[in-house]
Amino acid sequence: MRIKEFISKIKNQGIDIIEHTEKVIEECKEINKDHNYFNVISEDLALEQANEIKKQLKNKDKRIKNKKLLGVAISVKDSICVKGIESSAGSKILQGYKPLFDAFVIQRIKEEGGVIIGKTSQDEFGFGSFSVNVGIGFKIPKNPIDKERSCGGSSGGAAGITKKADFPHIALGESTGGSIAEPASFCDVFGLCPTYGRVSRYGLIDFGNSLDKIGTLGRTIEDTALLMSVISGYDKEDSTSLNVENENYQSYLKKSIKGMRVGVIKEAFGNGVQREVEKNVYNGIGELEEEGAEAEEISLELPIKYGIASYYMIGASEASTNLAKYCGMRYGATEKLECSFNEYFTKVRGNNLGDEAKRRIILGTFARMSGHRDAYYIKAMKVRTLMIQEYKKAFKKFDALVSPTVPILPPKFSEIEKLTPMQNYLMDVMLVGPNVCGLPHLNVPVGYEKNLPVGMLLIGDHLQEGKLLQLGRVFEGKNI
Amino acid sequence: MQVDRKLLEHVAEIARLKLSEEEIKKFMPQLKEALEFFSQLKEVNTDNVKPSFQPVELKNAMREDKEMECLSQDDALSLTEHKKDGYFKGPRAV
Repeated sequence: MRIKEFISKIKNQGIDIIEHTEKVIEECKEINKDHNYFNVISEDLALEQANEIKKQLKNKDKRIKNKKLLGVAISVKDSICVKGIESSAGSKILQGYKPLFDAFVIQRIKEEGGVIIGKTSQDEFGFGSFSVNVGIGFKIPKNPIDKERSCGGSSGGAAGITKKADFPHIALGESTGGSIAEPASFCDVFGLCPTYGRVSRYGLIDFGNSLDKIGTLGRTIEDTALLMSVISGYDKEDSTSLNVENENYQSYLKKSIKGMRVGVIKEAFGNGVQREVEKNVYNGIGELEEEGAEAEEISLELPIKYGIASYYMIGASEASTNLAKYCGMRYGATEKLECSFNEYFTKVRGNNLGDEAKRRIILGTFARMSGHRDAYYIKAMKVRTLMIQEYKKAFKKFDALVSPTVPILPPKFSEIEKLTPMQNYLMDVMLVGPNVCGLPHLNVPVGYEKNLPVGMLLIGDHLQEGKLLQLGRVFEGKNI
Repeated sequence: MQVDRKLLEHVAEIARLKLSEEEIKKFMPQLKEALEFFSQLKEVNTDNVKPSFQPVELKNAMREDKEMECLSQDDALSLTEHKKDGYFKGPRAV
C-alpha cells in the first residue's frame, strides 16, 4: 500500500492505528531475528504514539488533518538521538545512553505524526562501508536479498529494513562519506543525501562535523522525497544549518525531465568497476535519454583520483576530535574509579571502542599533530576547495552528474573479510567526492545482475535536491 | 613515512587509547598502507589555494545573547553512576 493511501485510511479509521502498530512491531521483531536491522525496537514509544493518534482521531482533533506522516513507521539510524530510547551510534562506549532530548529531525517527524519504531544498526559511529565494523557486542545486518552478503554501510540496518518491510515505512539515515547511497544501492532502495546544512544536525551523534548529513531512504522515490520535505529546513540550534526556504520535494516528481542535461563522469567507468555494474548504469542513462534528458561525457579528475585521500584525512581528523569526549564520566560506558585521570580515560576508551574506531582515531590524531598537520589535514582541505571548484564548473553545464554508486555488486561477508582497511576505504570511490563537497546525491535502483541489485548515483549542485528527484523519478517502480 | 612502533604508541598515548600488543601488531602495517596512500595528496598543486573548512559558505552564526533554560542538574547527572553531592565524580587528578 502506498503511503498516501495508508494515511488516508488511518484518517478515516479504515485501519486501526494501534492494531497496525502492534503488527508492525511484531514484524520488525521477526525480521530482526535473522537480519539484525535494529539495535533497539522502540515498542513502548511506538505504541504510545499510536495511542496518542487514536485519541486525537477520536476527539476529531483538527491538527490531525494535515499531518504528513500520520501513523507511518519511521526507523531511525542509531546515531540520531531519540529521547528516552537508547541511542549508541552502534558503539559499546555509548551503550545504555538514553538521550534527554530529541534530535531536530525527530521533533519534526513526531510533529507530523510519524511513529518511531526503532534504532537501526550501523558501523560503529559510521566508520565503514559494509556495516561489518559494528561496535563490540553488536550484530551485523544482513542483505535482504542474500543473507550471505553485506547490506552496505554505514546505514546498513536502515537500507535493509527499507527493502524488507512490507508495511508503510521510511528510514532516516546519515551519510558522512557515502553511508546513505551505498547501502541503498546494495539493498535496492532509493537513498537521498541532501546538501550539507540542508537538514539540521542537532541531536546527531557526530562523526565529522563538516561532512555529516542526515538523509532519507525509501522503497519508492515518493517516500524518500516525502520524508526529506519533513526533515529539511533551518534550525537555529545548528550553527551550520542553511537558512533557506523549505521545499516541497514531492512536487518535483511530477515534472518532465525533457531537456535536462546529465554529465556522465568519465573517470567513474572502466578500471576497477565490475562489468555488470557498468552495463546496468549505462542502461539507466539510456532510460533518462529515452525520457528526453541529454547525456554527455564529462571528465572530473580530482574527485575520483584524490577524493578518497582527502575524505579519509578530513573524516578521520574530525572523528578523532569528536570521539575525544567519550571518556566514561558523564554518560555511556564506565569503569571503576580506581586509577588516575589519564589511566581511567585510556582504559574506558581502550576497552569499549572497536578496531575501526581506534584506527580512525589514530589516523586523525596523526594527521592533526604538529609537523604533519599541513601535509595531511590542511592539504586535504585545500584539495577539497579544488574539488568544489571542479564540480561547480561542471554544474554550469549540467543539471546532474552520474556514475555507478558502488563499483561492485554487494559482496559476500567472506570476501569482505579478506580486504585490508585500505582496500575497504577504496569502495567509497564514487561517493567521497559529493560527500566531501557537501553536494546532494541520490541512489536510484537501475537493475539486477546475477539476482543482485545495481544502483546509479545522481549528483547535484548545492541545494538542487529537487532536480535529482525529478530525474530519479524515471526509476520509480523498478525495484518492486 | 616511517610508521614504527614508537610513532604508533606515541599517537595512541595522545589519543588516550590503550592498545594491546596484538592491536599494535595488527594496526602498524594497516596504518602504514593507509598513510602511504594518503600521501598522494602531495601530487596536487595547491599553491595559493585556501582550505575549505566547510563545504558550503557559511557566515558567522551567532545566537542571541539571552538567558535560556538549560538542562537541570538532576537530568545532567542522571546518565552516570559516578556522581556525588550533585557533581560528577571523576578519577583522581593527582
